[in-house]
Amino acid sequence: MTQTKEKDVLILAIESSCDETAAAVVKNGREVLSNVIYSQIDLHTLYGGVVPEIASRKHIEKINQVIKKALADAGVSLEQITAVAVTCGPGLVGALLVGVAEAKAIAFAADKPLVGVHHIEGHICANYIENKELEPPFLCLVVSGGHSHLVMVKDYGEYEILGRTRDDAAGEAFDKVARAIGLGYPGGPKIDRVSNDGNPEAIAFPRAKIADNVYDFSFSGLKSAVLNYLNGCRMKDIAVNQADVAASFQKAVVDVLVGHSMDAVARYGVDRFAIAGGVASNSHLRAALEEACAERGVRFYRPSPILCTDNAAMIGAAGYYEYQKGVRHGWDLNAVPNLKLGEKI
Amino acid sequence: MRILGLDSSGLVAGVALVEDSLLIGEYTTDYKKTHSQTLLPMLDELKRMVELDLHTIDAIAVAAGPGSFTGLRIGSATAKGLGLALDIPVAAVPTVDALAYNLYGAGGLICPLMDARRGQVYTGIYTFAEGKLQILKEQCAMAVEELAEELGRLAEKRGQEIIFLGDGVPVYREKMQEILHVPHYFAPASCNRQRAACVAVLGEEYARAGRLMSADVFAPEYLRLSQAERERMEADEAHRELMRAGITR
Repeated sequence: MTQTKEKDVLILAIESSCDETAAAVVKNGREVLSNVIYSQIDLHTLYGGVVPEIASRKHIEKINQVIKKALADAGVSLEQITAVAVTCGPGLVGALLVGVAEAKAIAFAADKPLVGVHHIEGHICANYIENKELEPPFLCLVVSGGHSHLVMVKDYGEYEILGRTRDDAAGEAFDKVARAIGLGYPGGPKIDRVSNDGNPEAIAFPRAKIADNVYDFSFSGLKSAVLNYLNGCRMKDIAVNQADVAASFQKAVVDVLVGHSMDAVARYGVDRFAIAGGVASNSHLRAALEEACAERGVRFYRPSPILCTDNAAMIGAAGYYEYQKGVRHGWDLNAVPNLKLGEKI
Repeated sequence: MRILGLDSSGLVAGVALVEDSLLIGEYTTDYKKTHSQTLLPMLDELKRMVELDLHTIDAIAVAAGPGSFTGLRIGSATAKGLGLALDIPVAAVPTVDALAYNLYGAGGLICPLMDARRGQVYTGIYTFAEGKLQILKEQCAMAVEELAEELGRLAEKRGQEIIFLGDGVPVYREKMQEILHVPHYFAPASCNRQRAACVAVLGEEYARAGRLMSADVFAPEYLRLSQAERERMEADEAHRELMRAGITR
């Protein structure tokens, strides 16, 4: 049995917003007692991307085992848990609903408070887990398959979105380009790896600027530029260097993400900068941000790859701070597929 | 024996508590709110009204499909979460069986209809004999016209009338009346939709017969593949056909 004090807050967290079925037990918001992730990625690879209906069906099949393992790994019983936290949005509605219905039923039957958590808030809070000294305010770049946000974390649970993508998320662009150059799904890790053998200056792909908000992103033009380039090669019967395309595309994404981030760092005068989300695992992005932050004397924070991908430990961290602020949800809590960060439900 | 019944397979959401052949309480709604917003609040209300100690429940009976995919999963995840927290098993009751049970003792052929889209219904054919539900045709997804023809033949052969019920009735009522030339009727509002009490009563029978399963392994029976799986299988089948014909791509 894990040693816990009476004042310790133990959160059982559940996450099912996309294609990972995950559960975790987190102590006092920062200490992960267990972090169980059942990834469905092999299944979705057959279809070249996440199939919502298949993801939802898999969640139902695996969720109890994942939750039981999270409790067992943590060495705590359901009775010892303080509250149940669950991702209620944004995400795939059918997938979210499995976690939400399950979490509600467990909290109801075990007589525990229920806390609905925003998925992006979870990603941001992943940084608290390994960096005990990190506290708001700080600036955070959230980049994943579904999201690209530049967020000012003003306080626990208080966010101001400085910029967001106008079209494709960064990770989505990785997936689409990877498919176009024959790397397949999932695109992020594959482009990251192949880029090591390519020349990032080989092809000049565009870096989009948005006129009315300098912190917003746009990646669909970049994706189209890559597709046009590939088409052009095909028409002219020129062999495509996969590694060069991957490296040049990735460089364009990284330049924009780092550029926007550092502009905001300068403008808002912050001394701490964090990244989060699946794309935060990208080694080239990490290296570029680390360097840019070091040049400016800004402390750089990044979660380990296991906490960048969708997981429930991050939901436990975010759920803890929401719980401490008094947030409680009713048994009518619903999944909100397009939930905005900071929106109260 | 205390059985909690849950049904969110169709437009109706319902919870019911049955104890030793007695219906202690039941809550049914057919309203525009989602099952995610209604099912658990209804259970909470029922719990307070009948002062239910959740730990005295022996098993959760749930409408286990077919039905709306999302609806089935809300009911299933609720059943699985309750089962996990209370450490009790699940009785997976076929949705269409439970729907037919609404018309206990009826002399005719009972035919539940649930709209399955794409011109199909989730259905089955039942009758009662010696006080027991007899399944003449197991629940399935099939084309409405095909069902009507099969029903017509069966009704003539057995000399029985047909009674329809379910949330597919408003969608296919006219079509059935057009095709069928045997006596048929439509059940009234008091007994023409899913009832959690029916799920609980059948769940009690399942429990007595030892047909319970762990909440951990329970998953609904959709009776249908996802669209992506279906298209992939069709593509594979087309590919195999080309291979058989000696054409390679």
